[in-house]
Amino acid sequence: MSIPKTRIIAIAMLSSASLLAACAKKPPEELPPAPEATAPAPAPSAPTSTGPTVGTQAHFEQAVGSNTVVYFDTDRFNIDSTDAAALQAQAQYLGQYTQVTITVEGHADERGTREYNLALGERRANSAKNYLVSLGIAANRITMVSFGKERPVALESNEQAWAQNRRAASVVIN
Amino acid sequence: MKSVLTLALALMAAPLAAQNEDLGDPVGEGGNVETAFEGETGEEVGLTGSVTDESDWEDLGIAIPAFATDRDQPTPANANGTGALGQEISRVITSNLRNNGIFKPTGPDALPKPSFAQISAPSWGSWSGRGAEMLVHGYVRARDDGRLVVGCYLYDVALQDELIREGWVVRPADWRRAAHKCSDLIYSRLTGENPFFDSRIAYIAETGPKDNRVKRLAIMDSDGANHRFLTLGSATALTPRYSPDYSQLLYLSYVDGNPRIYVYDIGTGKQKLVAETGNPTLAPRWSPDGRSILYSMAVNGNTDIYRVSADGGRSVRLTNTPGIDIGGSYSPDGNRIVFESDRSGSQQCYVMNADGSNQRRITFFGGRCATPEWSPRGDQIAFTRIAGDFNIAVMTPNGRNLRVLTNGWQDEAPTWAPNGRIIQFFRTARNSGRSGLHQVDLTGRNERRLRTPADASDPAWGPIRP
Repeated sequence: MSIPKTRIIAIAMLSSASLLAACAKKPPEELPPAPEATAPAPAPSAPTSTGPTVGTQAHFEQAVGSNTVVYFDTDRFNIDSTDAAALQAQAQYLGQYTQVTITVEGHADERGTREYNLALGERRANSAKNYLVSLGIAANRITMVSFGKERPVALESNEQAWAQNRRAASVVIN
Repeated sequence: MKSVLTLALALMAAPLAAQNEDLGDPVGEGGNVETAFEGETGEEVGLTGSVTDESDWEDLGIAIPAFATDRDQPTPANANGTGALGQEISRVITSNLRNNGIFKPTGPDALPKPSFAQISAPSWGSWSGRGAEMLVHGYVRARDDGRLVVGCYLYDVALQDELIREGWVVRPADWRRAAHKCSDLIYSRLTGENPFFDSRIAYIAETGPKDNRVKRLAIMDSDGANHRFLTLGSATALTPRYSPDYSQLLYLSYVDGNPRIYVYDIGTGKQKLVAETGNPTLAPRWSPDGRSILYSMAVNGNTDIYRVSADGGRSVRLTNTPGIDIGGSYSPDGNRIVFESDRSGSQQCYVMNADGSNQRRITFFGGRCATPEWSPRGDQIAFTRIAGDFNIAVMTPNGRNLRVLTNGWQDEAPTWAPNGRIIQFFRTARNSGRSGLHQVDLTGRNERRLRTPADASDPAWGPIRP
């Protein structure tokens, strides 16, 4: 499960505080697919010129796949074995690319009160961060932000959607 | 639509130095309302009692014909002069009284128009046959200094007697305040309860799809009029609270990318951080005297409640248990705080002294207790009860006499009317995520939606206006 690109754009809007970007009511449509999947490369000797570059979310996702996001049970914030495997993949990546810094975004499903969910999202982000730190990633390379129930990725009101929204998503800081 | 366009243009023209702000133009809170005359209230007759009688009152008919004017004059308050304004004032009063399930008002559009002379000497014969037990009369007079004098009289038709009268001098822009004050006068005289119409509400206006909601700080009168957006929407705004004197708002904004609470000055349109900290700050609340601010702060995932002076200075930590301690609502005397904590494993409500001492859990019924709000009367605590669905409930301050007042899928975040008889909250719809403001009285029988220009959440009802 990859993070939708619209989501990344929304974060950019928030963090850059760019007035012009903020003017747009809606983020642009999804970006065109990455070029590597299209035509067979005639010159496979130069992969770095076509793939995403280090320091981008696309590069991070290409390396760790769906492991950029870990999921939680209702009202829980513990790191289970699935989460641990995902965070180990993230830590491996961060160990390889030591210039990369990330933000861990904590989220909650809609079935909670607003303020509690903000605190719960913070607690989930903190769990993911602590696990990465325990794997040797420097704490100052990881910032946290909680969005509570404000930024769902799955929009229906059912158990499957809520399970997708109870998450801590790691996002590369550009 | 036009106003949205105007705001967008204003945003593009904003100087670079302001790019961290997300604020609209500052707005004033209007002028003072001067009481023109205190009523010769007459003897103690008419209805008194408590809300337990409300069901019996639903047939109490009140005729509210157009307010008269001594001389039809132009006024900035109405393009058609003081006569037309008198009609509008009666409509506002009618709407106020109709929407609370206690009275059966008949407005000016269905009634004869009394003359100016009849305001203080009703033509009883023309009212006794209309099935209205009560009669409201009033007048509008434009003063030479441009201000308006609005008089308000309540009569008992059967007794042919005046129950109460009062008058106010207002700026033309504040004419609705006179209508609300007249509504309050009638409501208080007939119910024995404290007034609430002359008050304002802060809330969050919501637009856009569920995964990209635009959330703006907004304010309005208690009946939804005089609506204004205070922020432009580029940064998510949440959980506002009016200061007791209406000069400031506390709210949460993501303007710097992180959740932080700010105090926004309504007069100047400027805002500042409530606490200088690198940590997220959440759930802002005023003390009843406006001198202190409660907030919650998450440090390494652990959230606790703090108090800081409204003038700034050092914060005092009030809770220190592992887990999420959040929110907090003062008792009206300022001595105690009800708050929410999951220290027991799930969200429950606790009471502590204002200095943080003597913390004890008060909710032990099934389900969870969230977002507790102490009634301005002190006798009840409203909260979000989570037991499958989310509903608004009340209990006594010691956690007894639970009463669930609503039955929506997700009803959240109660806020009290200034008199502690009505609770406003927001209701979110399943799947669509659409939200709106609703209010319910303490009997749970009278629930209605409050219309807003966009979807709405996080209501915060302020006190009676100063």
